[in-house]
Amino acid sequence: MRLVVNGETRDFERASNVAALVETLGLDLRKVAVERNLEIVPRSLYLATGLWDGDRIEIVHFIGGG
Amino acid sequence: MNAPILGQSGLSQSGLSQSGQGFAAESQDAWTVAGRSFRSRLIVGTGKYKDYATNAAAAEAAGAEVVTVALRRVNLSDPSQPMLADFVKPERFTYLPNTAGCFTGEDAVRTLRLAREAGGWDLVKLEVLSQTRHLYPDMEETLRALKLLVADGFKVMVYCTDDVVYAQKLQDAGAAAIMPAAAPIGSGLGIQNRVNIRLIVEQAGVPVLVDAGVGTASDATMAMELGCDAVLTNTAIAEARDPIRMARAMKHAVIAGREAYLAGRMPKKLYADPSSPLAGLI
Repeated sequence: MRLVVNGETRDFERASNVAALVETLGLDLRKVAVERNLEIVPRSLYLATGLWDGDRIEIVHFIGGG
Repeated sequence: MNAPILGQSGLSQSGLSQSGQGFAAESQDAWTVAGRSFRSRLIVGTGKYKDYATNAAAAEAAGAEVVTVALRRVNLSDPSQPMLADFVKPERFTYLPNTAGCFTGEDAVRTLRLAREAGGWDLVKLEVLSQTRHLYPDMEETLRALKLLVADGFKVMVYCTDDVVYAQKLQDAGAAAIMPAAAPIGSGLGIQNRVNIRLIVEQAGVPVLVDAGVGTASDATMAMELGCDAVLTNTAIAEARDPIRMARAMKHAVIAGREAYLAGRMPKKLYADPSSPLAGLI
């Protein structure tokens, strides 16, 4: 499956839902927020939110800022 | 110009008049934004530090309870790189997510909705910039974004120009705090228009914080002497030769300015007035 994650087009074999994608990328579920096709995915729905070819995903976290 | 720069708002909350001792206990002097009370009147940023460990130590030295944070894409090529939350811990500091780098209301709203999901927090700092050279906010767009965010349930602290009229419009639109720039972000030039900051403080029914442009401790003291409820600074600490020491200086500066504001400064006079009595001279 081909996804655009944070602007990068990448192929994923095992990322049928948001929870699986975040885990595949080696990220801590508790420290990120996810947007799928410009819609926020609440953390409680990571498992239930399926992914499809061409989905545009943003995964963000807090960094230093003023 | 005798009873100089005393607005009315600070005194009533301080417990000063109720103490009966003639002085207020510092512990009574908290400020409240959107229903949350803080004792520290210094909010520090978390950008520009050489590493997150220095950042955390500076926030501690500043005595800060609130830190601003930015929201950005995670680095997919290196998910194991250090994370802010591992050093500046959200259990210890209240995160105030910002919209730095946003140039439209829609960008700002999108960013803060993601921040709310990442941190579960509705108290946010709105900044909608106009251009990169001076980083002054686009006030028309800021006001529009504020209305969108308020409608979405956010409690919004608004970075703004020191425009007295716009400050009132922000308050009327439901801003939780007004945060005028003292000078351009990261410039360290200090308060450029004391008159406007004081007028904004006097008319405001919500907290006023000087945000941006503080360069050194005396700038923070001046903001507090003008009656601001708190000061937000980042670069002045992060880019000091010794950030930890400057953080400590800022902590004392804000306390000194607040105390001086509550104490009420002496009137300025044109001529000398001897401190030692002239009577009884030999």
